[in-house]
Amino acid sequence: MDLLWDGIKEAFNLWIRGDAEIIEITLRTLAVSSLATVVSLVLGVPIGAALALKRFPGRRPLVALVNTGMGMPPVVVGLFVAIMLWRSGPFGGLGLIYTPWAIVIAQFVIAVPLVIGISLAAIQAIDPKLLDQMIALGANRLQLLWLIVREARLGLLAALMAGFGAVISEVGASIMVGGNIAGETRVLTTATVLETSRGRFEVAIALGVMLLVLAYLVNLVFTSAQQRRPA
Amino acid sequence: MIPPVMLISAYRSRLWVRLTLAGLVALTLLVLACRPAPPAPRGDLILATTTSVQDSGLLEALIPVFEAGVDVNVKPIAVGTGAALRLAEEGNADALFVHAPDAERALVDAGHAYNRHLVAYNDFVIVGPRTDPANIAGGTDAAMAFTAIAATEARFISRGDDSGTHKRERAIWAEVGIVPGDSWYAESGQGMGATLIIADQKLAYVLTDRGTFLALSDDVDLIPLVEGDPALLNLYSVLQVSPAKLGVNALAAVAWIEFMLSEEAQAIINDFRRDEFGRPLFHAAAGLQEAEVIERFAAQAADG
Repeated sequence: MDLLWDGIKEAFNLWIRGDAEIIEITLRTLAVSSLATVVSLVLGVPIGAALALKRFPGRRPLVALVNTGMGMPPVVVGLFVAIMLWRSGPFGGLGLIYTPWAIVIAQFVIAVPLVIGISLAAIQAIDPKLLDQMIALGANRLQLLWLIVREARLGLLAALMAGFGAVISEVGASIMVGGNIAGETRVLTTATVLETSRGRFEVAIALGVMLLVLAYLVNLVFTSAQQRRPA
Repeated sequence: MIPPVMLISAYRSRLWVRLTLAGLVALTLLVLACRPAPPAPRGDLILATTTSVQDSGLLEALIPVFEAGVDVNVKPIAVGTGAALRLAEEGNADALFVHAPDAERALVDAGHAYNRHLVAYNDFVIVGPRTDPANIAGGTDAAMAFTAIAATEARFISRGDDSGTHKRERAIWAEVGIVPGDSWYAESGQGMGATLIIADQKLAYVLTDRGTFLALSDDVDLIPLVEGDPALLNLYSVLQVSPAKLGVNALAAVAWIEFMLSEEAQAIINDFRRDEFGRPLFHAAAGLQEAEVIERFAAQAADG
């Protein structure tokens, strides 16, 4: 237990000293995971809405596929994204492997099924009569989408938090497509793995604590937005 | 008297000559200016390497010095040597810094890499719990120690990740004709640091490189038991990936190899954390042949 305590003390030391490397890793983690979550939200919510509201052949197998994707292991995603982005792969020419962009892509692939699946469930829960009424009143597509977002607010914020939570905590994909390069692609989770294998447990614990604090603060903001009483 | 028309045409023709001459001069200058200067290495260098040089911190001591001298950004990818060689084979890396001589030679023979140079050496050590259930302490024969571990079915943790260390471990098992795999033998599937930690927790024997073991010696309660066997010599080499592969940064790879063979890099390798541990983690080996290193190693082992 001394080790855990030392680690927590080390975390505070690193914060107070404003350790440049730790701050840089923390900011990169936040930037990469936020970007991946935002992109998955922008693409995932409309897809979720379409799957929730439209009826077409093959819809059920598609929804089942999305739901399977919600439990996709990050290392498997990492492996496939790496194969695509390696020089020997079809997108090798883009030179994205071992850059933060590669991590954003992998994290997007991890987050997007979560966002689609949860927003689908949230949007499907809206009373269809409400939508019919709005259409009868002459609402255009944009107005309709805005209404859906308002009505499914709780569920969509849950989708956002689930997506962000999944990507900020994953390590398998980040290490595989990012390479855990110091100053370039090292994020909190991959740094924790490295420090553990170096036997620097205090630093590893400190990084873990920082990850938890970061995830908590971000979720606190989202939760406040989610739980705010509608005006 | 020359008719004015002819004067004009003569003037015109002179103008053309002048223009042509001026154009030629300009073109020559342009060609001279554009003639490729001796190409300078730049861009990213993907260095496929092993966990031992990352976990011990050696890479972090070498890379900034290299990057200060050239316009190259090193991207070290620390994986097991098996994975590093595979990255090279597929052209997904530019240079290698690895420690599996037989596999490296095979890679060179297959045409995937070349320009192989020995840059450092240290040794593998058989470490284990203080209780030493197989009673191997003080030995200098790795094969005998492995036989004793198998005979007493003492717990042994293997890397199991096709790394250079794992390759060496398997070579020793093969030499003694034992196929480990019973309940006393387990594979961690992880890097050297993580494997030492597991062996420490499970009171098991483990084959480790000297560098990672010293770097973790404060954190694990394992002690060196068998060392000095020439079969435990650990040779680190650098190689460049064949430029025939798509997108390989050969210029940067050549610069990296030149740097690793330089006196500056060799001094960094030789002095790396030497004061901290009272002994070297790595020995410089640039310019030496394998046979010479084996001789030196035997002499050092004899000196204790």
